Amino acid sequence: MADYILLSYWDLALGAIFILLNGAISIAFRLGLAKKLFIVTFRMVVQLSIVALLLKGIFTISNPWITLLVALIMVLFAGREIYARQEKKLAGFWGFSIGAGSMMVAGMLVTLIALTTQIQPDPWFKPQFALPLFGMILGNTMTGVSLALDNLTTTLKREQKAVEALLLLGKTRFQAMLPFIRIALRAGFMPIINAMAAMGIVSLPGMMTGQILSGVDPAEAVKYQILILLLTAGATGLGVISATLLSAYRLSDNRDRLRLDRLKK
Amino acid sequence: MISGSSGAGKSLFLRAIVDLDVNEGEVFFGDIERNVIAAHIWRSLVAFVPAQTGWWADKVGDHFEQSELVDEILLKVGLPLEVFDWQVSRLSSGEMQRLGLVRALALKPKFLLLDEPTSALDKKTTNMIEVLIKEQLDNGVGIIMISHDDEQVKRLANRSFILENGELKPQKSSRGSKKGGRKNG
Repeated sequence: MADYILLSYWDLALGAIFILLNGAISIAFRLGLAKKLFIVTFRMVVQLSIVALLLKGIFTISNPWITLLVALIMVLFAGREIYARQEKKLAGFWGFSIGAGSMMVAGMLVTLIALTTQIQPDPWFKPQFALPLFGMILGNTMTGVSLALDNLTTTLKREQKAVEALLLLGKTRFQAMLPFIRIALRAGFMPIINAMAAMGIVSLPGMMTGQILSGVDPAEAVKYQILILLLTAGATGLGVISATLLSAYRLSDNRDRLRLDRLKK
Repeated sequence: MISGSSGAGKSLFLRAIVDLDVNEGEVFFGDIERNVIAAHIWRSLVAFVPAQTGWWADKVGDHFEQSELVDEILLKVGLPLEVFDWQVSRLSSGEMQRLGLVRALALKPKFLLLDEPTSALDKKTTNMIEVLIKEQLDNGVGIIMISHDDEQVKRLANRSFILENGELKPQKSSRGSKKGGRKNG
């Protein structure tokens, strides 16, 4: 892996020329995006630099508890994303914790299994492996869970009459919500299914490209990528299903009522 | 029979009886208190037909478990059997209203809660529905019905009430009394 090419800061500055070009186009066409573009570029550089420093530190310390702490912080940020992306959310504690909790349990479970049985770094919690792996799994699970939950609440709200019609015909709450739970689950699974279908043909995933750029044999890089995709799909499925069912449970009660009043006003 | 001005809570009252909204109070059917049995069983015993019918599939037929009973009731409300092949999106409001009633009657409920079951219907069809309602009464099915039509109230009611300021007030005394639904609180 010694044959990767080091980038100088000067190389990065040259890359930024394209952002300047985009900015100029935005000003010329009055898109109003120039300022935003510069801000997000700057943010991206700062965020990644901080991450680099943090990762360097975490890798050197290589402590399981610190690794776990970092993983939890990642969950909090991802959970906030899920929460923010839902147009209608469950009120109170549940709004955040069902999404974040499902994602965390699914992501950690799959990551732990991968670390202890498939990748087996030494020690098994070695942050160089644990954190990027968890991050990739978490990111995809987050997308799936937020789509599924957004879909569930929006659909149940829109189809209130249909759900209540089923309830009135003597169906239980899960029977009545099932057509709409299905829609939500499909929405949650869609991104990972699309990603797998496009893999290698339409898109070369970042992780694999990164490994190839740093001199790893493409065959080895692909093996890693396949494992990552399998893990990601597994975690997404678990996360999407548990988040959707828990939310459906919370949006109904033991008297088989649809409880849209538990959505945030 | 219940009447009262719009927004008085007539529909909410019926929704509360079938336990669709969180509510307080005891509701009995005969000797059975509703909390003693599961909500979905309660609702097939005491069926509520809301003013607007809900649909969850594209085709009308997907909303019914087809049976001879359903066919029979369909004819009684003036709908052809081909209705099952129709698209829900192309139904008129009157057709929806009648199909909602058919769907509930197919459960063979012991008690019916009807929310303005003829509001979207012409005179002739209204008549057919009223015949069907009387038939249910004769079969021993208890009915609480909301209506805005004074003439209809006269034609059908054994007892009539006005819902005002959250209270049911008897409108006039009439023959007999119905067994069944009672609500306190």
